[in-house]
Amino acid sequence: MDIHAHPDTSSLDIRRARLSDLPGIRTFDERSNKDDNPHYWQEMFERYGDDLEKQLFLVCEQGSEIVGFIIGEIRDWEFGSPPCGWIFALGVRPDMRLAGVATRLYAAMCEFFLKAGVGKLRTMLARGDIDSHSFFRSQGMMAGPYIQLEKDL
Amino acid sequence: MKLQQSTLLGLYAVLELAGSGGEQRSAAEIAEKYSVSINHLSKVLRILVRAGLLQAVRGAGGGYRFSGNAKRATLMDVVELFEPVAIEGFEDRATPHPTDVENGLAVALVEISEMMRATLRSITIATMLKLMERERR
Repeated sequence: MDIHAHPDTSSLDIRRARLSDLPGIRTFDERSNKDDNPHYWQEMFERYGDDLEKQLFLVCEQGSEIVGFIIGEIRDWEFGSPPCGWIFALGVRPDMRLAGVATRLYAAMCEFFLKAGVGKLRTMLARGDIDSHSFFRSQGMMAGPYIQLEKDL
Repeated sequence: MKLQQSTLLGLYAVLELAGSGGEQRSAAEIAEKYSVSINHLSKVLRILVRAGLLQAVRGAGGGYRFSGNAKRATLMDVVELFEPVAIEGFEDRATPHPTDVENGLAVALVEISEMMRATLRSITIATMLKLMERERR
């Protein structure tokens, strides 16, 4: 990617996702290419796409094209923690990166959490996902008090 | 893990110059501000120039200015110029017949090294400048 290129950032709109947005998201979301679950986005939309109190699925649209998405939800007392907002999916079309798309989606998600009375935001990332890791840190997020552990069974 | 003095000087210089709003600073100014040896700092500055993170400005009133991409360059880009980012002596250790103790320790220490690397790779110079601004308030 040419980091000096400046994508057109005019007329970016943030709104709730619609079923008709899913094909556009699939064109650039890496999960879609792994094809572990062809119904992944359909299921995500069914779980988070409605006008729900604790879940939010937003897209960023430019003209008629989807250039980014974010999904989050409020989780109550998970790990004994007071309610907090979780962002668990964020994607931006590669040619629109470094144009403020993720920042606007992130800001809209934070506003949703704040309006719901939640004052803490969390996410979890693959260690090798440097772009996402850098993005969340650029927004002021830092390592929290929990450490994720796992084991093959 | 203790950062080497050269690494610290490199981080001081890069962050000082990246946060100067494009203004140049002389090696003497930076050395005085951070109370470090100007000779040592000058060697570090040359390495940073070769890496493309700084630009040397010649002539009267010359000095150095940040020339990297603050949104792309990370702490790792600076640190690894001066030292390996690993628990020293283990990741590169290749003994012909490692013991159970060595194998067990290697697993734990590699995990620590990977966490260090992931953290250093994810913090850009721009993020550091924001963090510094936040601490200033």
